[in-house]
Amino acid sequence: MKTEWPLWEIFIRGQHGLSHRHVGSLHAPDAEMAIKNARDVYTRRNEGVSIWVVEAAAITASSPSDKGPMYEPSESKVYRHPSFYDIPDDVGAM
Amino acid sequence: MYAQMVKSTGTGVKSREEMSPEEAAFQARIDAGEKIEPKDWMPEGYRKTLIRQIGQHAHSEIVGQLPEGNWITRAPTLERKAILLAKVQDEAGHGLYLYCAAETLGVSRDEMTEMLLDGRMKYSSIFNYPTLTWADMGAVGWLVDGAAIMNQVPLQRTSFGPYSRAMIRVCKEESFHQRQGFDIMMKMAKGNAQQKAMAQDALNRFWYPALMMFGPSDKDSVHSAQSMAWRIKMNTNDELRQKFVDQTVPQAEFLGLSVPDENLKWNEEKGGYDFSEPDWEEFFEVIKGNGPCNTDRLAARNKAWDDGAWVREGLMAHAEKKRARKMAAE
Ligand SMILES: [Fe+2]
Ligand SMILES: [Fe+2]
Repeated sequence: MKTEWPLWEIFIRGQHGLSHRHVGSLHAPDAEMAIKNARDVYTRRNEGVSIWVVEAAAITASSPSDKGPMYEPSESKVYRHPSFYDIPDDVGAM
Repeated sequence: MYAQMVKSTGTGVKSREEMSPEEAAFQARIDAGEKIEPKDWMPEGYRKTLIRQIGQHAHSEIVGQLPEGNWITRAPTLERKAILLAKVQDEAGHGLYLYCAAETLGVSRDEMTEMLLDGRMKYSSIFNYPTLTWADMGAVGWLVDGAAIMNQVPLQRTSFGPYSRAMIRVCKEESFHQRQGFDIMMKMAKGNAQQKAMAQDALNRFWYPALMMFGPSDKDSVHSAQSMAWRIKMNTNDELRQKFVDQTVPQAEFLGLSVPDENLKWNEEKGGYDFSEPDWEEFFEVIKGNGPCNTDRLAARNKAWDDGAWVREGLMAHAEKKRARKMAAE
């Protein structure tokens, strides 16, 4: 019988109050086991204080070929950055 | 190395003129230092070579647990036992990070496992040598993990994103491995005459197999040239071997042990040691399956896989039943 366990993507929140970050993946029969395995595989040295597991099949990813249409429009919008505006030094901190 | 003699397409590196537009764009991205991610376009040869290389690397981490696992129950103190256990557990983790990286290229974990178990895929020659005494735990950490680090540090910059990220994790954990090995060697080498003799014996037996880990000279290999153009191999085998010898010889001197090589001599001109090549005939025999422990290692992996089948199946069946019950309740 072929029974490869499904693949789970693992996200871990480090010690420093940051967002959960993708650290890798692993196989497990269910979410509960995925969390147990993630603890052994990805937090052997205190790397985290919280674990999320998501079945890899449930993730929808943008496609690399859409890179142009997806991200180029924002390249021309320099006015979205504070450095676009010249504020005189006299105004003080802003 | 942990991946020795990985064959690529075998046709050598194409010139820009010979490349298709996709291939040329791909090579330009690599030359610019960009990372290639799993869903990006890549030449079939790049994908296949990487599956072989990462797969071999992963298998080496997993099979590499066996020679050290051999001594966990017989470690001389509880502290040494806990350390060795943690080290071997790390190696299991390294195998898992690497299998996941290979899986992003479209090969399944079970396929890779089956290819290891029936001999279609290889693992590093070094793990086909036996660990006969406790001093071997020192020699393995010091020399084998030391040689692995030589190879893995540059691979952190490899072009394939998932492989590079796996290598970064692995490298963070490796230096503990080498240090705990050297720590054992220091204890033995500064111990009584018998302990010192054991340390020397371990060095004698592991020196040449450690040099073999880098693989035979590949300065004329078409496979290596292609892999280097793709940045999935960062240095030639000879470069890494030389670096390893230059780093390790002073450490042996520190221990008061002698490297088993009459021709070992500092060469001022090249700024490195001259040293004897290992016996490459022996290396090819080990790769072919005729090393001292090949049969035992594969038998142990096959047994673990077969004996674990009911657990894998049982847990999956349980998970499916739970899911069905939950669906029915909703
Ligand atoms: Fe490792
Ligand atoms: Fe290691």
